Amino acid sequence: MKNNKAKNITIACISVIIVLGILFLAQRLLMPKYVDDIVEGGMVSEYYDEKSKDFNVIFIGDCEVYENFSPVTLWENYGINSYIRGSAEQYIFQSYYLLEDTIRYNKPDVVVFNIQSLQFDESRSEAYNRMTIDGMKWSKYKLGCIKASNTGDEHLIEYVFPILRYHSRWNELTSTDVEYMFKHKKVTHNGYYMRVDALPAENIPPAKPLGDYSFGDKAWEYLDKIRTCCEENNIQLLFIKAPSLYPYWYPEWDEQVKAYADKYSIKYINFLDVADEIGIDYNTDTYDGGLHMNLSGAVKCADYIGPILQNEFNVPDRRSDAALSASWDQKIQDYNDEIEYQKKLYNIQ
Amino acid sequence: MLFTSYGFIGLLIILFILYYTVPKKLQMPLLLITSLTYYAMADVRFLIFIGVSVVTVWFGAIKIEDNNKAIKEYVKLHKNEMSVDEKKAYKKAGARKSVIFFTLTLLLNLGILATVKLAGLKFTGILIPLGISFYTFQSVGYLIDVYRESIDAQRSLPRYALFITFFPQLIQGPINRYDDLAPSLLSEHNFDFSVFSRGMERILWGYFKKLVIADRLLMGVSTLISDPSTYKGGYVLMTLILYTLELYADFTGGIDITIGIAEALGINMKENFIRPYFSTSLADYWRRWHISMCSWFRDYVFYPMSTSSLSLRLSKWARKHISDSAGGKLPVYLSSFVVWFCTGIWHGTTINFIVWGMLNFLVLTISEELSPAYKKFHERFAFADGPIYKAFMIIRTFILVCVLNLFDCFVDVRDTVGLLISIFKKGSFSLMEKGALLNIGLSAADYIVAGVALIIVFIVSSSEEKDNISVRDKLRKNPYPVRFIVWTLLLTATLIFGIYGIGYDSSQFIYNRF
Repeated sequence: MKNNKAKNITIACISVIIVLGILFLAQRLLMPKYVDDIVEGGMVSEYYDEKSKDFNVIFIGDCEVYENFSPVTLWENYGINSYIRGSAEQYIFQSYYLLEDTIRYNKPDVVVFNIQSLQFDESRSEAYNRMTIDGMKWSKYKLGCIKASNTGDEHLIEYVFPILRYHSRWNELTSTDVEYMFKHKKVTHNGYYMRVDALPAENIPPAKPLGDYSFGDKAWEYLDKIRTCCEENNIQLLFIKAPSLYPYWYPEWDEQVKAYADKYSIKYINFLDVADEIGIDYNTDTYDGGLHMNLSGAVKCADYIGPILQNEFNVPDRRSDAALSASWDQKIQDYNDEIEYQKKLYNIQ
Repeated sequence: MLFTSYGFIGLLIILFILYYTVPKKLQMPLLLITSLTYYAMADVRFLIFIGVSVVTVWFGAIKIEDNNKAIKEYVKLHKNEMSVDEKKAYKKAGARKSVIFFTLTLLLNLGILATVKLAGLKFTGILIPLGISFYTFQSVGYLIDVYRESIDAQRSLPRYALFITFFPQLIQGPINRYDDLAPSLLSEHNFDFSVFSRGMERILWGYFKKLVIADRLLMGVSTLISDPSTYKGGYVLMTLILYTLELYADFTGGIDITIGIAEALGINMKENFIRPYFSTSLADYWRRWHISMCSWFRDYVFYPMSTSSLSLRLSKWARKHISDSAGGKLPVYLSSFVVWFCTGIWHGTTINFIVWGMLNFLVLTISEELSPAYKKFHERFAFADGPIYKAFMIIRTFILVCVLNLFDCFVDVRDTVGLLISIFKKGSFSLMEKGALLNIGLSAADYIVAGVALIIVFIVSSSEEKDNISVRDKLRKNPYPVRFIVWTLLLTATLIFGIYGIGYDSSQFIYNRF
């Protein structure tokens, strides 16, 4: 009798393990790999692959950070060890939870936050939510991020078991899905998404007047949370607005950010105001007509913010750290290889 | 809460765990609490409607039974003092009280159903209470059975409440009979892996039909019925077939889930379908489709009507003034007419459902009238009993059911008739230019998945039809690894190919609206 019971329990356990194993494999196969067209979904998880996470500067925000600043330039020219925790259309609540998630591993000296996301009080797209949240490791911050980002028809269970969300990809599967079932293709350089091609900013649509320029309550609430989190962890906070010409950044918005920054003595740099000083040429420094910087623009932005970080925020030059320098050497090699690859790809001399 | 929602699946998992871990005497209270919670989650105001039904029918049934018992006991006690005529007179006078209780309870419950269904939103200000047709019919069936003294009234209100509110049956039935369901529903159950796994197997099969087939076909059907002026001619043929297959997968899938849940809890529920699309006639179809509703109308409307004193008088009159045959048929046809009218109304109060009911009545009556000719035909031609002719009869019935089902799709009967006529108009199929079927919300992959899933369902049904043995019983004879592989394949296929989650709007069950 006892033997039978033990046998049945063993069979039940083996059965459950096999089913879970099959579903796990199916899940790995069906989840988007973000290595072909849309690579932005792979950015958040790349942070965890970093062997040493003792970054002095962490950038958080949307495409206005991950395409506009080159951490390699910051390292090569200033010895600043930085990482960009960016993701596509990263909402302010997601920035907050990513910041909390980052602090679990290491407290940086400075957090650079791009304030563009203040304009969104709620998530606009489940697909963008996924691109930020799927890559986060499980913690109470991921749970908080899921809750704060919910567009209304998202379920926690679909984040726990992504097969429930991505099952319908069965008819979109390609060989890439098989190839990257258990591995990830690196798509960024310390969070920086590189583009070397150029597309002049010629047809910027005129700004549409808004009925109400005030930011939403939720956006302010999470800006407060970001500030408080930095204060509690003794982290210096720097607000920036990247030099993107579009989507339009209204002066009314800028004034609200300035007022907030003044109130809490936070430095705020609007790169649009200093574009000439930086030397940004919107004919050569953007790859998509003024929305994002290309490599040339990202290098200029890094060269502008580097001295500020060093002189005003006392971020150390760590180039004398042999181990860190060695790890950067490999990163620089990958970075340069990518430049060469893209130059060939886009036929650039 | 939809059967296909994560919340429902979560509720089931919690219920299964608790059901087999709490002391057995708590199993029934647990089911009642779960059922009421489930009902309240749809809309807490619905509890008032179902509460009124439960309390009034429970109370009315007890009163009827008490009255019947009191009469019998009085007559028994005074059997020596009363003459036969006095006994008859006493019983008749006493029975009036039962009739009053019965009539009042019946009118109250059917009145609520009729008011809610006919007046709908205007009167109640809220949606039609979940499953009101199902639980009202189940309550009325119980009341009639107690009135007829074919069952004992349930004295415990919680026990009776569970019989009516048992949550899996609230969505789309089946309409259970007290003597079928109550014995196992109100009993205590030990965990038995073979019983539990059998239930789970049935639940999985139901989800497979609902999510992989029904909800996939729904994407096409929704487009096809959205614009009758565009989707006519050849498209109507597609609508007929897709809607009939969708309805089958949706309703039978839902009932599989319902019966499977009951089975996993150790509760026996009667089947509601016996492979309806293998029917050889419309009468045969109605013996196999939605059996609980058909038998309800048969037992509680058709038989009482056709054997009533009014029918007998009508029969006598017809025999005298028309013919013997008319005397026999008239009460039957009249009762049948009422049954089909009520069946139409039960499905919906719009004219299309009444026309649908009347068309069913018409076809069944004509078939009945022609039955002597059919008999002669079968006697004369041997091939009429062969497999080819049987296949012809099955296809003929399927087509007929498809056509009748089209009346479900459009409220305006003129639309339905116009669309049916458009199939036969010259050039009707030229409307479906190359690739048109891929523009109705279904991709080639959807057709392939639905097609393969339907072939699987067809193979299972054919096997059951041929041997009259459930495929699950056959599977049971196989060693555990074989069963395990089948379960895993079914689960994986449902999870991957099912229509659910973001990007899909998993549909309500079609019969939920009744």
